[in-house]
Amino acid sequence: MLGLDLSFFNWDIISKFVIKGFWFSIQLTIIATLGGIILGTILALMRLSGKKWLATPATIYVNGMRSVPLVMVILWFFLLVPAGFYALIPGGSNNRAEISAIITFVAFEAAYFSEIMRAGIQSISRGQVNAGRALGMTYSQNMKLIVLPQAFRNMVPILLTQTIILFQDTSLVYAIGAYDLLKGFSTAGKIYGRTEEAYLLAAVVYFVMCFGLSYMVKRLQNKIAIIR
Amino acid sequence: MIEMKEVSKWYGTVQVLNNCSTSIKKGEVVVVCGPSGSGKSTLIKVINALEPFQKGEIYVDGQAVHDPKTDLPKLRSRVGMVFQNFELFPHLSVTENLTLAQIKVLGRKPEEAMTHGLKYLDRVGLMAHKDKFPGQLSGGQQQRVAIARALSMDPIAMLFDEPTSALDPEMVGEVLDCMMGLANDGMTMMVVTHEMGFAKKVGSRVIFMDIGGRILEDCSKDEFFLHPENRQARTKDFLNKILAH
Repeated sequence: MLGLDLSFFNWDIISKFVIKGFWFSIQLTIIATLGGIILGTILALMRLSGKKWLATPATIYVNGMRSVPLVMVILWFFLLVPAGFYALIPGGSNNRAEISAIITFVAFEAAYFSEIMRAGIQSISRGQVNAGRALGMTYSQNMKLIVLPQAFRNMVPILLTQTIILFQDTSLVYAIGAYDLLKGFSTAGKIYGRTEEAYLLAAVVYFVMCFGLSYMVKRLQNKIAIIR
Repeated sequence: MIEMKEVSKWYGTVQVLNNCSTSIKKGEVVVVCGPSGSGKSTLIKVINALEPFQKGEIYVDGQAVHDPKTDLPKLRSRVGMVFQNFELFPHLSVTENLTLAQIKVLGRKPEEAMTHGLKYLDRVGLMAHKDKFPGQLSGGQQQRVAIARALSMDPIAMLFDEPTSALDPEMVGEVLDCMMGLANDGMTMMVVTHEMGFAKKVGSRVIFMDIGGRILEDCSKDEFFLHPENRQARTKDFLNKILAH
């Protein structure tokens, strides 16, 4: 019907074009998730600190980031940061788009992870906090030992769901020409004159990975429901 | 040991403690009772500054709770507290619940904290459950672990905030037994409870509070229970109601 011919696709193409992009997409997802959760937790703690000089900037940051399309943030960061910045990072000058993408994703996802962690922290009862305080723990000990571990545990399914969305969003780095999974397929498609087939295959890979992860999250959720 | 002088506290415009004064000597067991909303829980929560108060003075073992310079976490670590809803840490095992604050707050070595914690776990009769998680224990067992956790810190006094109110009736006894043992060993205790049997058996004094956060009665147990004619009308009314059944 569409005259699709998938026969051009072979191991040679995978190893030459796809693997490199796939690896970068995974790398970007993992770094953005870990970095986003760490930065997001700090932002959440700032917002919940009850101190205006900490809460206000964090609120502005989170709401600002969440009100702008990701692709714009990716573009702006790439266009506004001078080349000299990348020279500071080893191997940076040759991977401007990739490094720019990683920094942008961490900064952007932190806003979303911060909202998740904030909900998680608020889900811990006042009683738990009081129990920690009554035992003589300081605010930071209480956060580190009592509140955050429980908040994190409660939020694991939602954090993973956000990671899946993040993985899909990594394809937006096409806007700045970073070499990710999508770019790998599209490059191969262009060279072999099989653009439609290449995009179709890319979609299949994204689908399989995200569907598989979603399934795992669902199983994990059921397991957590039993433990509680 | 604990000294309160004209303590008042407001939530916004609502007054929850009204000029409360009392003092608790070493080894005394003071039972605090009264209708809900009378500020009983708040009265004991201001002692270790879990709740701030706006007026008055509180001294715990000579330390001024109302003084902003006082190291409150340190003061709290010396006063044990048991909560209505147990508040064990659900992500930690029983032994971790017992040792966490000993290690992090008192700076004890893990082995030392473990030996110490297990001593009290044994005392509340739950040695067999040491490796379980709070979610695997019954309410009564959780509350006994919570008592052991507070005792592991070697407190100079213990505060109990309605320790049996959230329990199934058949589990109230085991927790009260635990507390009576503690009282008989000479622990200084302040207990918010409706368990009048406990007050009669081991209480030294009874404080009765009424709506608006006022201390209406503060007298010896015998005076409180044996001479109802000397009580205020409001107290008599309350006692008649809760002792009627």
